[in-house]
Amino acid sequence: MKKVFTRPKSLTGKPFHYCPGCTHGIVHRLIAEVMDELDIREKTIGVAPVGCAVFAYEYFNCDMQEAAHGRAPAVATGIKRVHPDKIVFTYQGDGDLASIGPAEIVHAAARGEKISTIFINNAIYGMTGGQMAPTSLIGQVTTTSPYGRQVDQAGYPIRMSEMLATLDGAVYIERVSVHDIRHIARAKRAIKKSFELQIAGKGFSLVEVLSTCPTNWGMSPLESLDWLKDNMIPYYPLGVKKEAE
Amino acid sequence: MAKVLMKGNEAIAEAAIQAGCHYFFGYPITPQNELPAYMAKRLPEIGGCFLQAESEIAAINMVYGASGAGARVMTSSSSPGISLKMEGISYIAGSELPCLIVNIVRGGPGLGGIQPAQSDYFQATKGGGHGDYRMVVLAPSTIQEAVDLVMDGFDIADKYRNPVMLLADGILGQMMEPVEFKKREAIDLAEKTWATTGHKGDRPRNIINSLFINAKELEDHVNKIYRKYEQIEKSQVRVETYNCEGADLIIAAYGSTARIAKSAIEMADKAGIRVGLIRPITLWPFPRDSFKKWAERDHVKSFLTVEMSKGQMVEDVSLSIEGKKPNYFFGRTGGVVPTPEEILGEIKKVMGGTRG
Repeated sequence: MKKVFTRPKSLTGKPFHYCPGCTHGIVHRLIAEVMDELDIREKTIGVAPVGCAVFAYEYFNCDMQEAAHGRAPAVATGIKRVHPDKIVFTYQGDGDLASIGPAEIVHAAARGEKISTIFINNAIYGMTGGQMAPTSLIGQVTTTSPYGRQVDQAGYPIRMSEMLATLDGAVYIERVSVHDIRHIARAKRAIKKSFELQIAGKGFSLVEVLSTCPTNWGMSPLESLDWLKDNMIPYYPLGVKKEAE
Repeated sequence: MAKVLMKGNEAIAEAAIQAGCHYFFGYPITPQNELPAYMAKRLPEIGGCFLQAESEIAAINMVYGASGAGARVMTSSSSPGISLKMEGISYIAGSELPCLIVNIVRGGPGLGGIQPAQSDYFQATKGGGHGDYRMVVLAPSTIQEAVDLVMDGFDIADKYRNPVMLLADGILGQMMEPVEFKKREAIDLAEKTWATTGHKGDRPRNIINSLFINAKELEDHVNKIYRKYEQIEKSQVRVETYNCEGADLIIAAYGSTARIAKSAIEMADKAGIRVGLIRPITLWPFPRDSFKKWAERDHVKSFLTVEMSKGQMVEDVSLSIEGKKPNYFFGRTGGVVPTPEEILGEIKKVMGGTRG
């Protein structure tokens, strides 16, 4: 019998610890499929964040470094400067990249650091139990915004992709979503493009992936997919934000 | 090789390059700016990488990444900047990564000042960052010694897979002295088989990490690190003793302060007071045995610890001499440098029994 679906070689096979319905697993698989298709597993070094994906080093079947909270782009910079011929990626959540780590991501992008960043935006802190993130939507209820995010108290959600797209060093910035099959396919194309640009030595690229957190949103997995589509996409419009000539 | 006249900061940079350090990540701060400037000029000439990071925090995390990738790498800063690096230093120690961190110490706390000080002793030797860890702390008192210790420091870092700090005050960073970059015999260091260089299946995956979510696993990991520290304490202690034989009083001082103390000791000699000096070169591991040995001598009546701080190393001196003799303290801080006359005055007070 012909095998038509199997685990990518770029995943170790260790079962994910993620909650039921969480989309981290989907994005991990997309990255691993891209690594397989581009045949770069043996030359890829990944950088894991602090957050729900803190154990990413146990799942990606390549050399990995675990970074301090928000510092993955700096760690990746150190790796890439030592091994310019290797493929280096960071995998970061919204607390990591957009709250504690904007300096590192902005300057990695400004320097045109030849790395790929996969940015998971699920509008909440997952690992620590559902606190307000810099990307939490206005009115969104979290443990630290129990009355809903108030603009006069907590300000506005940050659109990181649009911010980073203003930087000359960024060659490719796209926001994608994984709430249905069509968008998952689109997300994979974006991730692949980011790695291809790095292989070609072009510069910094980032793919922002709108994702769900059923546990901390207090919804079923299916309700979460709808909530992402109906609430996150209007504030975080999908599409290519920057593509250098 | 002939001696050359060099500023401390530049000599430290050149020593690092000659020790095979081709990667430097740093952020501007006075009084160490000549060091990164030297690196920015020299490293591209030899195919290395100088990168001015967006912050001290980013710089130390670049060091983490580069060290984890197998490179000999360093950063430098001064006191407030070192505080910012402390998170990263804890991760580097926890992940067992080698690197050299240079601290050209200035006065504190807070933004403090830009004049020389020794008030980062606690931070360097007692942790600074969070968790159970140690850094090897090397304290030169001349630029020549700084050059030699930089070269040794990289080897110690690699041998034990642990961060090493060169703790030098602003005097050493800023002054000029003749130095010789000695040709050294390469020591036998293990290959960095643990580095993330790409996983081809010819070895297990390499993971650089300090996270152990299981308490017992973390305890085992920390115990493993501490077994290294025991080895370091046994084999890496460095200390200079000067004029101690027959001395009534022994001064404990390190770095620039030890040089000033030597001038005071010569002045005391002329006044007929016999004073010795114990100068720790490694602040961690601390030369406890040396202090204990001299404290047990009958001719040694008391100790006087002199620092450019409000009294930090003085605690380690007291712990080392185990109450066998009194240990007095004299310090200037905030960037004020003690004079030999002031130290002589303290010596006379101690000897005359007028120090409380």
